[in-house]
Formats: sequence, C-alpha cells, structure tokens
Amino acid sequence: MAWKALRMSRFVERHPAWALIAIIAIAVLLWLIFAVWPPGLEEAIGRKRVFLNALFNGITLGGLYFLVASGFTLIFGLMRNVNLAHGSLYLFGGYVGYAISSATGSWVLSFIVAFILTALVGVLLQVIVFRRMEGQDLRQTMVTIGLSIVFADLMLWACGGDFYQIQTPNWLIGPIELPLITAIKSSGEPVYLRYPMVRLVIFAASVIIGVAMWLALNRTRIGMIIRAGVDDRDILAATGVRIQLVFVAVFAFGAGLAGIAGVVGGTFQSLSPGEDIRFLLASLVVVIVGGMGSIPGAALGALIIGLAEQLGSVYIPTYAIVVTFLIMVLVLAIRPQGLLARR
Amino acid sequence: MSKCSVGLLALSSLFLSSAAIAQEKIKVGVTATLEGTYTVLGEDGMRGHQTALNVLGKKIGDKELEFIVASTDATPDSAVRAVRKLIEQDKVQILLSPLSGDEGIAVKNFAKTHPELTFINAASGAQETTYVDPAPNFFRYNMDGAQWQVGLGKYAYDEKKYRKIATVGEDYSFIYTQVFGLVLEFCGAGGQVTNRQWVPLGTKDFASVIAALPDDVDAIYLGLGGADAVNFLNQYQQAGGKAHLMGGSIMIDQTILSSKGNAKNALVGTIAASGQADTWEDPGWQKFVKAYQDAFPPNKRFPSPSLLATNYYGSTMALILALREVNGDLSNNQSKFKAALAKIEIDAPNGKIKLDSNRQAIGTNFVTEVVDDGKGALFSKVVKVIPNVNQTLGYDPAVFSKIGLPSRTVPECKKY
Repeated sequence: MAWKALRMSRFVERHPAWALIAIIAIAVLLWLIFAVWPPGLEEAIGRKRVFLNALFNGITLGGLYFLVASGFTLIFGLMRNVNLAHGSLYLFGGYVGYAISSATGSWVLSFIVAFILTALVGVLLQVIVFRRMEGQDLRQTMVTIGLSIVFADLMLWACGGDFYQIQTPNWLIGPIELPLITAIKSSGEPVYLRYPMVRLVIFAASVIIGVAMWLALNRTRIGMIIRAGVDDRDILAATGVRIQLVFVAVFAFGAGLAGIAGVVGGTFQSLSPGEDIRFLLASLVVVIVGGMGSIPGAALGALIIGLAEQLGSVYIPTYAIVVTFLIMVLVLAIRPQGLLARR
Repeated sequence: MSKCSVGLLALSSLFLSSAAIAQEKIKVGVTATLEGTYTVLGEDGMRGHQTALNVLGKKIGDKELEFIVASTDATPDSAVRAVRKLIEQDKVQILLSPLSGDEGIAVKNFAKTHPELTFINAASGAQETTYVDPAPNFFRYNMDGAQWQVGLGKYAYDEKKYRKIATVGEDYSFIYTQVFGLVLEFCGAGGQVTNRQWVPLGTKDFASVIAALPDDVDAIYLGLGGADAVNFLNQYQQAGGKAHLMGGSIMIDQTILSSKGNAKNALVGTIAASGQADTWEDPGWQKFVKAYQDAFPPNKRFPSPSLLATNYYGSTMALILALREVNGDLSNNQSKFKAALAKIEIDAPNGKIKLDSNRQAIGTNFVTEVVDDGKGALFSKVVKVIPNVNQTLGYDPAVFSKIGLPSRTVPECKKY
C-alpha cells in the first residue's frame, strides 16, 4: 500500500492543477449525496431522489458488468485470447440458474450450479478449442464468434424466444431505507432514500468477489503463478509450472463468473435471446475502457459504463445509448491501452 | 439471422406437411414477433390465428389455403425483410402482417411497391399506418392505439377522480398513438398530464425510470408491453412502488396478467382500455374464448386469449370470409378480393367490425379494471362498452387533422 500513497503524492506534485480538480469533483459529489439540496438546485436538475437513485443504479449495474467483464479480462490477461463466446456463457449461466431456481426454489443453489456448469463449459472450451490454436489470435476470434452463434441457436432451440425472470427470494423483495436524506417535508420531517434491497445485496456480492479476486491474485501462490504467466508464460513454463493446468483453471473460473453474472442479470433484469450479445458488447466496452487484462481496470470501467448508462437514461434519455460509446471513443483516443492498463 | 432462418424452416415445413394433398393452393404469408421483447405477443397472436383456422377451416371452394410463417422482432426493418422474403422466395399472394406499430407503418409503405398483392394487417395499431397516405391494398381490421384508449380518460377523470397523471411508455409509434388517445380525452375532460417519459423498446433496467416517476400525481399510466412490462413491474415491486396505475392495451393484457411471479399483483385494480375485455359476457366472445382454450393445452396458452390472439383471429377471419365470398378468385390483380375485403363486415369476437374509406376498422372499445379471480389469476373486467369507435375518435375530421400526428409531445394537453 505504501507505494500507492507514494505514487499518489507524486501525482499531486506533478499535476497540481489536475489534483485540485479531482479533489473539487469528489467534494462536489459528496456534497450532492449527503447535503439537502437547496430549492434552486432541485429546479435546475431535478429532485435529489432521482439523482441518488440514478447514481446508485449506475453503481449496482456496474457491479453486474464487473462480474461479466472480470472473467473476460482475466482470460485475456493470462492467455491473450479474446473469447467472444463470453456473452453466451453469461446467458447459459442465466438459463441454468432459472431452471434450478424454478425447480428447487432455491436462489443460492442456482448460483452454485450455474457456476459449476458454466465453468465446465469453460474447461471444455479451453481443452477442445483454445489449446489447439494457442497464439493464433485471428483463428481464435473467428472460432469464438462462430461458437457464440452456435450457442445462441442451441439456447434458442432449448429455451425458445421467451423471456425468463429468476424469482427474487422473499427476503430480498422490496426496498430498504438508507440513511440518506432526499428531501425535507414541510413539517420538518426528513424523507430518507428507499432503495431496492436486491440491488444492494448483489452489489455487495460483486464487491466481495472483486476484492477476493484481487487478494487471490496479489497475495497467494496461485495468484503469483498467474501474474507470472501474464508477464511471460514461456519462462513460467520453463520453471516447471504446469501451465496448461493453470490455463484450464483460469478459464473455468472466468467462465464460472460469467455464469454467476447470468443468474444476477436474470434476477434483476431478465433473460432472453440477444442478451448474450448485449453483455458481450458491454464487457468489451468495459474492458477497453478499463484496460485489457487488468482486474482493477475492469472494476473502474464497469463503474464508469454503469454510471454513464443510468445517469444518461435519466438526464439525456434520447442520447443515453451513445454516451457509452462516446466514452469508449474518448478513451481510445486519449489512452488507447485503457485507463488502468500497465503497459 | 441464422437463428431466425432455422426457426422459419422448421415452422414452414410444419405448415407444408399439413397441406400436402395435391390441389390448387392459395399462399398466405404470416408474420409475427417471434423474437425479441414482444415474443410472447407474437406467440399468442399465432394461437389466435390457429384458432381461427380451427373454427373456419382452410378450404376456399375447391382450393386450400397454405400459410407460411416468418418471424420479426418488432423493428420495421425486420418486418420488411420478413415480408420481402415471403413475397420473393415463397411467392405468397396474400399477406397477414404485421404485429407491431412501427412494423405496420413500414409494411404499409412497402405494400405500395406491390399493388397487385393484398396486405391484411395482423395486429399493428399505429395511427399513421392507415391515417396518413394509406396504401390502397392495405386493410386493417383492428382499431388503432388511440381508438383502443377511448373511454379511459373520461372514466379516470369522472369516476376515479384522477386530476393529474404522468405517463411512461415505450418510445415508438403504437405507444405514441395510445398516449395520443388518452391525453386527448383526459385533458379534454379537464385533467392534466404533467410528465411523459419515453423509454427505448427493449429496456432492461428500469430502476432510474422508476425513480424519476413523479410522486405528486394521482396515477401513473403505463404504456409498455411484453418483456418490458414484466421487467418494469418486477423492478417496480423491488423499489416498493405504490402509486395508482393506469394501463395501455398491451399492458393490461393476458401477456402480462398471466406472467410468472407476483410482481403483476401491483396491477390489481388498475384501470385500462382495450379492444377487448377478458370477462365480457357476450356469447360471441365466450365462444371464441372456449375455442381458444380447447385448441391448446393449458400450459401452452394463456387462461384467456390476449388482445393479439383476438386481433389475429379477426384478421384471419376477414381474410377467409372475403376469399370465400369471391370463391378464391384472385385474378385481375386480386381486384374482386380487394373489393370484398373493403366492404365486408365481420362479426369478430370483440364486436362487429367494418372498414372506413381508409380501410381502417370501426369497432367496439372496452374500459376495464383488473380483478383477481380468487385463485391468483388476473383478468380484465368490463367496466364500460363503447360501440362504433372510428379513427377520428368522434372528432370532426377537420378538427382531428389539426391536432397533429401522435408523437412524444403531440397532442398538447388541452381541449381541442
């Protein structure tokens, strides 16, 4: 952690103007969240409740995007293969989750089964497909595009064109009150923000997964092997590590994460054909913005894209769809390797 | 593309095999939204179509009807692509198409490039389709979105005493038309529409939309359909929403009322208007409901037909009856058939339907309220039946044309 603080202070020394702007922006944001808005501001940009909701929705949607994109970026980071069938894994996990939760009524079980089954599909993909064409980017890309079309067809055949929603367990239905004041009634009584419980739980879960992944990568032996593999896998293989086994494990884990994300997406949104492409696109954008192969980058990218989508849909509804891609174009123009990429 | 063509192949081969006897055939192309947000609507539309074939049969004199189905996804380009494919590859002579509002406008315009063929609208309900520059070979036997809202505004104002409402709707022509009908009547009665929110068709995450709903209104009108409506209700429940609701014609419909989960219970007591009401006691309607229920096992259909099933039934009925009137004569660019279609009056399950000079339906409308039948199933109960609703909604055509075409902001909230 010490080197981070050092880097931070160095950043402030080098770019005092930027640092000042960043500090002011953070202060304004905190004020917007915690203060009671004066009437003039409410007139100018709408009610505080709407702003807070959009902000929270953006963050929680970012949580979902992170779950999908982190697996994608992990696989890319280690094996340099762009798995364009990642969206199919998401949808597959969602359908599995739906089948399990409607058969057994257990929401938690659906996560476990979805993780295991999509991880298995991931293992098969790695062993049967990717191992045969290691290092051939173009072939891998073409094959995974083809596979995603085949998977989409198979799932359409099995599940039909209908949309499915995974039942939220009873203890998660409904809103909870957060200690954030959105308005003061004329009687002087404060009105607190009410926010859907399920979204908070899902966000908390994605934060836990994210932190656990970061810790596993940076503090454990397996993490060390994976990081070494990202840097130079030939040398790593030469030191006697069974690199193919590591590849399979990472691929399985990344795919499993996509499966979990499918269950999450099926719970607070819905599952239908076409969702695979939507989430593949979302994770591509997230990873391009955050930096290919970087877990913190995926988190930052997911947060930015989630916020852009939700704030956009409230404040500039007509152009909401464009905002995401504008951000991508900006990042590609200014910092083409992504915001948090190492190289 | 590939997935749609696989489905098409399977579907069309099904229909082909059922009519394999060698005799002269009349080929009819049918489109329905069997993909995307409106999938359930398309599927139930096809059930209505099948019910009509069960009841009326496929024989036209010594000829037999052959149906070829193509799938769309509620976008105008998918509809035109499907119709082109049916005409150019399958050589259909008559089209029963399309289902959704924007599709309708596109197919109507496309119909002009094939004046020799006949297009019978299956279920789409945008006003523009038959009101602006109508195609002479395009016939619509269902009312448009504005006609389907007749009675709702007055009922909300007079009986429910709503004074201020806000609307949320999908951002395309059919919902514009529905809101058009609602606003015209509600504001005409003296009410106020304070806010109109539009969301893209196929929106998944409604959380911010729900947060932005105003709370100083008496009711919120929902103009959503299919997956969007279910997503909205689910997230509305999660957010703990409790406002009075009003519903559009595809919102308060069996496609939503019989969806899985308990989010739909927010709709109990919601008032709505549509071209049908589930519990109408008219014998013709009851007979249709029975035929629909008998045609499919309970887990492959809704408890009662949706508006789409009814529309597909009605349009298939008009097609068959008019063809029988001319004994299947499609010579001379189908002119006899077209003339028969223009003047035919059908006894549809949801009331008598005849066409105006733009070949647009004049029919019966229903104001309804959602009730729980005691066993957890929701139905729309008749509150009021309004016969003879025409496309100008009873306005003088000159006055009506000044209001403008339905859009995000038209009509203004005032008395015209």
